[in-house]
Amino acid sequence: MIALLERFFIDIGSFSFFALRFFREIFNPPFEFKELLKQCYNIGNRSLLLVSLTGFIIGLVFTLQSRPTLMEFGAVSWLPAMVTISIVREIGPIITALICAGKIGSGIGAELGSMRVTEQIDAMEVSGTNPYKYLVVTRIVATTLMLPILVIYGDAIAIFGSYIVESVKGDVSFLMYFNLAFKKLSFTDILPATIKSFFFGFAIALVGCYQGYNCKKGTSGVGMAANTAVVHASILVFLIDFVVVLITNIFIH
Amino acid sequence: MDKKPVLEIIDLYKSYGNNHVLNGFNLSLYEGENLVIMGKSGCGKSVMIKCLIGLELADSGRIEIMGNDIMKMDQEDLDEMKTEIGFLFQGSALYDSMSVRENLEFPLRRHTKKFGEIHDTTPMVMEALESVGLVSAMDLMPNELSGGMKRRIALARALILKPKIILYDEPTTGLDPITSKEIILLMGDVQKKYKTSSIIITHDVDCARVVSNRMLLLIDGINYAEGKFEELSISNDPKVKAFFK
Ligand SMILES: Nc1ncnc2c1ncn2[C@@H]1O[C@H](COP(=O)(O)OP(=O)(O)O)[C@@H](O)[C@H]1O
Ligand SMILES: [Mg+2]
Repeated sequence: MIALLERFFIDIGSFSFFALRFFREIFNPPFEFKELLKQCYNIGNRSLLLVSLTGFIIGLVFTLQSRPTLMEFGAVSWLPAMVTISIVREIGPIITALICAGKIGSGIGAELGSMRVTEQIDAMEVSGTNPYKYLVVTRIVATTLMLPILVIYGDAIAIFGSYIVESVKGDVSFLMYFNLAFKKLSFTDILPATIKSFFFGFAIALVGCYQGYNCKKGTSGVGMAANTAVVHASILVFLIDFVVVLITNIFIH
Repeated sequence: MDKKPVLEIIDLYKSYGNNHVLNGFNLSLYEGENLVIMGKSGCGKSVMIKCLIGLELADSGRIEIMGNDIMKMDQEDLDEMKTEIGFLFQGSALYDSMSVRENLEFPLRRHTKKFGEIHDTTPMVMEALESVGLVSAMDLMPNELSGGMKRRIALARALILKPKIILYDEPTTGLDPITSKEIILLMGDVQKKYKTSSIIITHDVDCARVVSNRMLLLIDGINYAEGKFEELSISNDPKVKAFFK
C-alpha cells in the first residue's frame, strides 16, 4: 500500500517535471515550424471523420430524445435553443475531447512509444536535434491549437444533425431553426467552452507524449503506453471539465 | 599504435538500482584503429557506449573525447562534438516516418557549424549513399528495406557528417551470415575511405577476427582482458576462452 502510494507520487512528480519542461522548451529557439504544421495537419486529418460522425449522431439522437418531453410541455419551439446550448456548452466539447483522447492520445502514445523502443528518439538526440522539442513540443502545441477547431466543427455538425430531425419531424425551415437556435446562445456560452477545449487538447497531447516518451522497452510497452494514454487523458478531460464549469459558475452567475 | 588516444574512458561506474552494470571500466581508442569489444549479452556493452555518447549519465568516471572531458561541456559544445562521432544503433533506428533521403538529411538540420550553411544537401546524401552502395534506395521508406539494407542506410546516416569516430553497436546481430559478411566488408571500406577510428561491439567471432586491430573483453563490468585477436584467442583463462569456442 505504502509502495503503491509512493509509486503514485513518483509518477505525479515525473509527470509534472515533463509538463514543466514543455514551458521551458517552447520559448527557446530553434522552433520546429515545419514539423508543427505537419502535426496540425495530421491531427486534424486523423480525427475529422470520427468527429463528424459522432457529432452528427449526437445531434440527431439528442433531438430525437428530447422532443417527446418538450412536446408534453408544449415547448417544442424551445428545442433548437436548448439543444444548441447543451451542445455548445458541454456535449460538443466533451464528446470531441473523448474521441480525440481515443484517437490522438493513443496515436501519439503508440508513435512515440515505438520510437522510444526502437531507439529512434536516442538517434535524434545523437544527431543533435532535441527530441523533446522536435517530437513533444510540436505535438502538444498542434493538439492544443487543433482541438478547439475540432470542437467548433463538431458543434456545427451536431447542430446540423439536430436541424435535420426538426425539419423532418417539426417542419421547421433552415432559417427558422437557426434563428431559434442562436437566439439564446451568448458569448458566455462560447468562451468558456472554447477555453476548455484548449486545455483538453493540451492535456490529451501531454499525456500521450508522456506515456510514449517514457515507454518501457519491448512491444508490450508500446501497447501499454497507448492504453494508459487514453485512460489518463479521458480522466483528465473530465477533471478539467469539472474545474472549468466550477470556475465559470463562480464568475458568470 | 602510439600517440594520444582520441577517446578515453576512465574508471566508469554505472548502476541501475542494485544492478551494477559497469564497475570501473577503462578504455582507450587510438587514432585509426578498430577496437572490438566483446561481452556476453546483457553485460553492459550498450550501456557503456550510451554513456560515451551522452545518452546515459554515468554514476562516476571520466570520458574524454579528443582531449575534452564531455561531462564538463555545455550543451552547444556537446552537440558540436557529436558531429565527430557516428553512432550505428543496434536495431538501425531509422526514423520510420521519413524516407531514406530525409533520414540522411536529419543530422544536417542542426550540425551546420562544421560545414557552414548547407544549401543543397543532395551531394552529401549521394556521397553517403554511395559509400554504402545504396544510391538506388534514396526515395524508399524504411519499411521497404531489408534488414541488411536498413543497417547500411543507418551507417550512411552515421557517415553523413564525416565523423572521426564511429561507434558500432552489434552491427551484424540479427543478419544472415552472407549479409553480415557484406556489412563487415563495408566497415573496412568505410574505415579506409573516411579514415575513422571505430569501436565495434559484437559477439560475432568472425566479425571480430576480420575487423579488429585490437580487442577488449567486457566481463563483470570491467575491461577484463585486452589484446590482439590472436593473443586472446589462445588465452588459457576460462572466461576469455568461452568467447572463442
Ligand atoms: N534504462 C535501463 N534501466 C534499467 N536497467 C537497464 C537500462 N538499460 C540497461 N539496463 C540493464 O543493464 C544491463 C546491460 O544492458 P545492455 O548494455 O543493453 O546489454 P548488452 O551488453 O547486451 O548491450 C542489463 O542487465 C539491463 O537490464
Ligand atoms: Mg546491446
